[in-house]
Formats: sequence, structure tokens, C-alpha cells
Amino acid sequence: MTGAVSGVVRTAMPHLIVAPVLLPMLCAGVMIVLAEHRRPLKLVLGATSTLVGILISLALVLGVDRGGPVTYLVSNWPVPFGIALAVDRLSATMLLLTWILGGAALLYGSARWHRVGVHFPALFQLQLMGLSGAFLTADIFNLFVFFEILLAASYGLLLHGAGESRVRASVRYVAVNVVASSVFLIGIATIYGVTGTLNMAELAARLSGASVANRHLVDAGATLLAVAFLIKAAAWPLNFWLAPAYRAASPPAAAMFAVLTKVGVYTLVRLWNLMFAGGPLAGFGADGLFVFGLGTALLAGFGMLASHRIAAQASWGVIISAGTLVAALGTREPEALGGALFYLVPSTLASAAAFLLADVVDRWEAGATVVEEAPFLTASLEDEGEVNLDDEAAPLVGRPIPASIALLGFAYMTCALLIAGFPPLPTFLGKAAMLRAAIGLAADGGAGLHAAAFAGVILVCGLLGLVALTRTGIRTFWSGGGRHPPVVRAAEALPVLALLGLCGALTLAAGPAMRLAQTTAASLRDRQEYIEAVRRASVTPPPGSPRGLEDVPR
Amino acid sequence: MEVVLAIAIGVLTSSGVWLVLRPRTFQLVIGLSLLSYAVNLFVFSIGGLAIDKEPILIEGVTPNLDNYTDPVPQALVLTAIVIGFAMTALLLVVTLASRGITGTDHVDGAEP
Repeated sequence: MTGAVSGVVRTAMPHLIVAPVLLPMLCAGVMIVLAEHRRPLKLVLGATSTLVGILISLALVLGVDRGGPVTYLVSNWPVPFGIALAVDRLSATMLLLTWILGGAALLYGSARWHRVGVHFPALFQLQLMGLSGAFLTADIFNLFVFFEILLAASYGLLLHGAGESRVRASVRYVAVNVVASSVFLIGIATIYGVTGTLNMAELAARLSGASVANRHLVDAGATLLAVAFLIKAAAWPLNFWLAPAYRAASPPAAAMFAVLTKVGVYTLVRLWNLMFAGGPLAGFGADGLFVFGLGTALLAGFGMLASHRIAAQASWGVIISAGTLVAALGTREPEALGGALFYLVPSTLASAAAFLLADVVDRWEAGATVVEEAPFLTASLEDEGEVNLDDEAAPLVGRPIPASIALLGFAYMTCALLIAGFPPLPTFLGKAAMLRAAIGLAADGGAGLHAAAFAGVILVCGLLGLVALTRTGIRTFWSGGGRHPPVVRAAEALPVLALLGLCGALTLAAGPAMRLAQTTAASLRDRQEYIEAVRRASVTPPPGSPRGLEDVPR
Repeated sequence: MEVVLAIAIGVLTSSGVWLVLRPRTFQLVIGLSLLSYAVNLFVFSIGGLAIDKEPILIEGVTPNLDNYTDPVPQALVLTAIVIGFAMTALLLVVTLASRGITGTDHVDGAEP
């Protein structure tokens, strides 16, 4: 069975890389043409595409873990000239995470949210296309283009369902991201002006030479790129747009957005390891990333403590996770990066599950006894100011607990423990790996203050998250006496349980998963594997041509 | 020529940034447009400015940057312009919706 699968993967290999971009693009094209009343057909199409996407990314993960990075030349031009897509362990894992989230969010949206606006499945496919492209591309300008695709789709998804709070959040979200894109472009232009290349592998090779001309311009360009990516990754102090936007977004869209900040983190990890892991520029900006990452995580912890609704707390959870990842990148320790990459997956899954769960809980708290067809964001779902937690408390002793409450409560508890990072859940294992790397760093001497700050912030964030989420849990599940039991549809319960089940599976398979994360971090640090794979990519000669395009003078 | 272009980019950027920081959505839209013009000019100029040189190869002329202008920034700026148009159009729709729903043109959707 596995032999047959790997045989198929090997035959399809360079072309399989472009499939996660083409598949959703074609699907979205078909969906836009279909009339709006053909919703069931569109959903089936979207589900099929997402399922195929999950299988493709799984095949890519298995393929690159065994065989190393693979490059696909999009227009069949040799490497420094044309656009190249490349998949390595990091890209493949991020792809798999994205498509799994896409599947869960689409299934949840199919219960009722897809009806509140037009083109929901098409926007979803375009979102997946942009995300896949951003994870796959090995060209920084192409990265910009895929960023714009995923942002355009996310603007549409954020506005899905309309309503005042969504439109208000959208104005700021769009404005901040357009400014970030301008900064991104200036950074790309500066880097191209100095190095004369846009290909990431070529860029890394040129920057690791003995001396780099115009080094200050490289620094300036890289700093501008970092600012753009840190805005996308919601790093403090440029993250005040995120919480209102994610809280206002429709739940399936918010669940998908849980991976958007990780795109910023991914590009930082990719570019910083390629550009500044060695050579004369080694270590540039690491301290900045470290400080901003820690600041982000700590302030997001307090943000979570200050908010009452689950969706708001989940948004702050997304920021805590992004801050922790950026700080781990800033330590420049491969082992800390490995732990961070391990932590990335379950923390994203848990935030997405929390966004979905928040919707069911909100509906329950609003007193709904039936699942209404077209939900709209009402004023009652806004974050209220002060809440007296003791007023509505009623004893629960001797009352039967309906299955739906038990389900919601269990899912909420698991989400809370995942976001706070408690054993034996995988977020804890990731944090433990990062802490061990930090302590090892301190034991080696030198960076004691770094290690102490890092460990302190990670632990404090876990505590703040636990306090905030426990408080909300008590208020929602233990003191909500007198309410009707919640009504939950199978299509709503299934994605939440699937996301949490995946986190559980990650605990059981922690050994292989941690090995994959640490190998990924080590090969990112070593970077030769990626650079070689991209630069050695050979052009397919056109049929009937006596000579290949390699003969083009360089 | 370089000085003129640099001054133009600088003026556009600084007016753009100032307008982006203003509280009204119209100022925001104009600011972002000016900013994107500045960025486009900057991207266009990174290959070095050249007069009377083409980006397309001519028979018999050695293909190097002494005889031609760098074609890559021109391709980049074309893409950036198109994307910038699309994003401005989208932002306009969102700001109009915000004006219609909230009854104010403040970027926060409410008068301070």
C-alpha cells in the first residue's frame, strides 16, 4: 500500500508541487461561474477539492521527509531567471496544516454560515490557493503576489455576512495590510537592487559570500521585509488590528485566519534562516525578533486576561502563539526553533477549534433553541464591559448534564488546556522543547538573561491564558443555570472534535512528530539542502528542440 | 534625474504617510494611493535609471546591462500597479460600506 503510494508520488513529483495552487484556483473559477442558488454543488466541489488537497499535502510531507526538498520550475526557465516553487519539510508541513484547517472550517461553514453571504466557497478556495502559494514559492516577489491573493480572499471572508462590526473591523484590517504590502514591496525592491536576484536560494547564496557590497542596504531591505512580515504575524506594537477583526469575522473564516499570522511567521523563519544563518551577515536582527516576539506574547497574555468572550480570547491566543514563535526564531537556536515548529501546529489547530466552539457557545448563551438558518452578528455578541461572575451562579448538583453540554464542555476544556499549554497535550511538549533549548543556552553560558526572559514569558503566558480561559469556562459552563441545552449539529461538532482529536494524535505520535520538527529546524539552519535543491533544478528541454534553455547566456 | 526622482518619491511617501495617519477614510484612501505611487516609482527605479535603452534583446548587441535596461523591475512594477489598483478598489468599497452602515467617515466607524 505505502509502496504503491510512494510510487505514485515519485512519478507525479515535480508536478505535484504546483497542484495545491492549481486545484483551488480551478475550483474557485468554476464556483464563481455557478449561480448562487447552486450552493450544495459548490459545497460538494469545495469539499472534494479540500479533501484532495489534504491528500496531496500529506503525500508531499511524506515525499520530502524521505527524499529531501524538490523544486518545480513554473515557466520552465532556469533558476535565477524564472519563478521556482520549492517544497521542503517546513513548506509541506505548513501546507498540510492549512488544508486540514481549510477542511474543518469548510465543514463547519456548511452547517449554516455559508448562507449569510455570496461566494463563500469560492473565497475559501482562493484563500487556500494564496496560502499554498505563499508556502511553496521560492521567489520573494512571487511571495508578494501570493500574499496579495490570500489577503484579497481574507478581506472577502472577513466581510462575509456583513454587519456593522465586520465592516468597521475591515476598514482597519484592509488599511493596515495595504500599508504592510507597500513596506513589503519597498523591502523586495531594495533587496533586488543590492543583490540582483529575487530567488530565495540564489539570494542566500549571494549573501553568504565572503563580503557583501552595500551591506547597509541589505540590512535596510531586510528590516523593511521583517516589518512587513511582523505586521502579518501580528507582532507588537503592530497588532491592534487583529483582535477586533478576528472577533468580528464569521467563525469559519476566523478559524481559517488562525493560520494567516503563521504565514508571517513562516516567511520570517524561511527568509531569516536563508539570509542570515551564516556568512558575514549572520545573526542580523535576531535580537529584534526576540524582543518583539516576547513583547507580543506577554501583551497578548494580558489581552486575553482582559477579554471575556471565547472568540476574543482565541484571537489573543493566536497572537500569543505568533509571539512565542517569533521569539523562538530570535534565539537562533535550532533546537528552540524545532520546538517552536512543533508548537506551531497544535496551537494553530486549537485556536481554530476555539473560534468554531465560540460560535456554538455564543448561540447557546443567546438562548437559541433551534439552529437558525442565517446567523448574523448581533449586538449581544460584542464583548461586554464588566461582568459580575457570581450573580447567576446556581448549584449544579444532582442535575443531569445533556450530552451536548458535555460535548461542548469537554471540547472547551481541551481547547483551554491546549492554548495554555498543559501536559500531556502537544502544545506543552512544544513549549517544553523550547524551554529545554533555552535552559541549555543558559547552561552554555553567555545568554542567561535571554534564556530567563524567554522561559519566564512562556510560563507567564501559559498562566495568564489558563486564568482567563478557566474564568470564561466557569462562567459559561458552570454558572449558566436555567438555560436550554445547546443545539449542536453534527457538521458543527465534527470539525471541532476532529481538530482536537488531531492534537491528541499529535501527543500520541509526539516522537516522530518532534523528530520531524527538529530535522526541519536543523535543515533550515544548515540551508544547503534547500539552496542546492533550488539552484540545481534542471530545465525540461522543449520537445523536438536540439538544445535546452540551459544554454541561455548568464 | 536621480535627484528629481528621489525628491518625487520622498514627497509622495511623506504626503502618503501623513494622510494615512489622518482620521477620515477619504484621506486614508488618498494616502494609500500616494504611498503606492511612491512604491511603484521606487520599484521602477531600482534597476538604475537609463535613457534610450530597451529591455528587449536586439540582434547583434551584447546582452548585458551596459546596453539594456533591467527588465525585471518593469515586470515587477506592472504587477504591483495592477495589485495596487485592485486593493484600492476593494478599500473604496469597504469604506463606502462603512460610511453607509455607521453614518460617519471616521476610520474607527464612530466619531471620537
